[in-house]
Amino acid sequence: MDPRRKRKLRLFVALSAAVLLAGALVYTSFSASTQAKEPSDLLAAAEPGRSYELTGKVVDDSVDRDGERLTFRIRDRDGRESLPVTYSGVVPDPFREGREVIVSGELKQGTFVAERDSLITKCPSKFTKDEQSA
Amino acid sequence: MAGLGSACLLVGLLTALYAAGASVYGARAGSRAAVASGRRAIYCVAGLMVTATVVLQSAFLRSDFSFQLVAEGSSTDTPTFYKFTAMWATQDGSLLLWALLMSLFSSAVLFATRRSLRDIAPWATAVLALVAGFFLLLMVAWENPFTTLASPPAEGAGLNPLLRHPAMMIHPPMLYTGYVGFSIPFAFAIGALIVRQTGADWIRATRRFALIAWTFLAAGIMLGALWSYAELGWGGYWAWDPVENASLMPWLVGTAFIHSIMVQEKRGMLKVWNVSLIVATFVLALLGTFLVRSGILDSIHAFGASTIGKQFLTFIAIAILGSTALIVSRLDDLRSRAKLDSLMSREAFFLVNNLVLVGLCVVIFWGTFFPLISEALSGEEASVGPPWFNRVTTPLALVLVALAAIGPMVPWRRASRSGLMRSFRLPISVMAVTLVALVAFTDSADSPPALVMFCFVALVLTVVAQELARGTAARRTIAGDPWPRALGQLIARNRRRYGGYLVHAGIAVLFLGVAASSAFDQQTDVRLSPGESFEAGGYDITYVRPTAEVGRDTSGTGAPIVFGAVLRARRGDAVQTLHPSRNFYPSQNAEAGPIGRFFEGEATSEVDVRWGLRRDLWTAVRPDIAELEPAIREADAKFADAGDDVQAIVIAAIVERYREQAPPASFRAIDSPLVSWIWIGGAIMILGALIAIWPSPEARMRRVTSIYAAKLGKELSSA
Repeated sequence: MDPRRKRKLRLFVALSAAVLLAGALVYTSFSASTQAKEPSDLLAAAEPGRSYELTGKVVDDSVDRDGERLTFRIRDRDGRESLPVTYSGVVPDPFREGREVIVSGELKQGTFVAERDSLITKCPSKFTKDEQSA
Repeated sequence: MAGLGSACLLVGLLTALYAAGASVYGARAGSRAAVASGRRAIYCVAGLMVTATVVLQSAFLRSDFSFQLVAEGSSTDTPTFYKFTAMWATQDGSLLLWALLMSLFSSAVLFATRRSLRDIAPWATAVLALVAGFFLLLMVAWENPFTTLASPPAEGAGLNPLLRHPAMMIHPPMLYTGYVGFSIPFAFAIGALIVRQTGADWIRATRRFALIAWTFLAAGIMLGALWSYAELGWGGYWAWDPVENASLMPWLVGTAFIHSIMVQEKRGMLKVWNVSLIVATFVLALLGTFLVRSGILDSIHAFGASTIGKQFLTFIAIAILGSTALIVSRLDDLRSRAKLDSLMSREAFFLVNNLVLVGLCVVIFWGTFFPLISEALSGEEASVGPPWFNRVTTPLALVLVALAAIGPMVPWRRASRSGLMRSFRLPISVMAVTLVALVAFTDSADSPPALVMFCFVALVLTVVAQELARGTAARRTIAGDPWPRALGQLIARNRRRYGGYLVHAGIAVLFLGVAASSAFDQQTDVRLSPGESFEAGGYDITYVRPTAEVGRDTSGTGAPIVFGAVLRARRGDAVQTLHPSRNFYPSQNAEAGPIGRFFEGEATSEVDVRWGLRRDLWTAVRPDIAELEPAIREADAKFADAGDDVQAIVIAAIVERYREQAPPASFRAIDSPLVSWIWIGGAIMILGALIAIWPSPEARMRRVTSIYAAKLGKELSSA
């Protein structure tokens, strides 16, 4: 094979491999992703059996611990609609009422049942000055 | 004092702009004096930044709460050690740290190249001055760390308790040193492109800076992982958090750069690729800073909604567009003469290693920015979690470790079949024996990726050992030295090469720890009353008794109240006692009540880890203080107006009550095999990098001789 054709062939093989890998990347990421929703979104339309990432603020005076299980309500960031959440596993250090949290799970009969250890809190207030007064 | 700090920033900004202007003028008009003046202006900026930092740090150490930054990030009861680190826990302080490091690094490189690279250096000076100027502008216009408060509070808010760990003292400056360090080769690459001197001169001049940046970034990432493992109460060392990813991405591309510049030095190839890599590394370093600052992606590290996100994005856009336009306009100068001779050659393997590293970076970039990508494409914000990252990065990491073994064994230009056979006979045999032994005697086969990784680790280690042995044997024959001296001489005379091999060995050891601990760790979460036991991996753990202490700051983080547990862990005949605990920091919230605020504030886990070469036992406790609440409420009502000393006694009594009748507490225990090898591998890696960075005695000799020759030449020509 003459060198020019060889180079072209090499380029073609490399490019098609790159396209294939990029396609795989896009496909796996979209199929493995979880959608981020606020309570009002889920109350409006939640597909049963689908996994969601629920974000919002922990409602004041809603946190209750019963043995391993933690229950609390999450409300919209700028709204009143809220959902009850049941959770088990590790609770991050900055978890507090009024803080923003993210938790993964699915909606079962009006309650958001969270996956174990999926609770994440957003930054604690002392990182920022804006929230200092809050 | 704050006035002095602000003045330093403003004068620093003007000086940086002057440096850029003078250097560009000097380069265009051919004025040596203007170029020298521009260079000296950079030294001035460094001096100003040092002054500004001293002003700010002394305000922290004096607890001068008229500085807004001090009032928000420190307090009189913050331990001195952490007062010193509080500067970079805040956004404005981190910007100052960036500017400080940037000006120091720039001064160092400009001083080192003051007599060489006469064409490139002025342009590089201008680029460095503009980058430093950008950070100074951010501080002067939007985020002044010297903002003062008209009515200073009596007490500051204190440093975020989560940041109170020794690793946090050095982790951010190290990361920043890494980020900043990569701007040096970037600036010289831009300079080289502008003057169309696209040879390897700019690489030789800045290679060491790239290595230093790489080393600091590596050390910073390792320390961050260690902090996560030993301070955050979840027990992992890597969570694919956006900020972690942000530090890993420039490191990966920087690693690719360090490899591929060797191809340019040796064979004059891959010029476009190299300038593109260094531009990408620099942009990713900026992006890393931006991700932490902007809060654009949700992460615990993000400093909340920031005011400087737009500015960062604009600067990044300018850097990308400007560099790309420059590279495209210089494509003719960047064409290489040499061609790839064979796919079985060192340069071909460098290329493959580059593709894998960049691929890894692309994958991580995609996952990190997936929420934004998905929102742009489908209108719905969605994200990918650690399982996705683990799945897609594992195969790439396996290939990378295999390449770390193969690369060093393949000669430049073209490999002969017999040569390869000779080089790989031993390593492949060792790998095969490892595979058989692991399958026969351990349960490694339960996790195929881990098993493959173990085999590749064996391959890398054998290759490195074989290279060292061969080189030592050769030196012994030539010089007749005894073998320890021959080994030392071998490494000392080829620091880059053997330092690099050591880095490969370190990476292999690190991945040994990563593969073993991620595939075979056993994590147990339980809720126990004192006296009860549970099983965690190979351990039987008993919750012996609760502990509760006031005012005995055992961890040195300034927490007044510590609740914890004494655990007894038994494995076979060995018995260990562990003391995980949880620090409670007082809340600044007045609503919590004078006594309640001591229990309502931030709380952080002080985990107890029994480090071991074979396995770690990691434990954390979360005491349940809900049952103390009635007592706390009652005390708040009764003793609201009591003196401090009475309140202290009441608090001590409440704490004592926990010790006497503790409710069940939650525990997490992790039996994690070989996890310590991550830190050992990291240390080997840093050691190898230091060996590669250290100037060899011959190089120093050569430099002295060349300076002498130059002087002689000058004298001869003037004579």
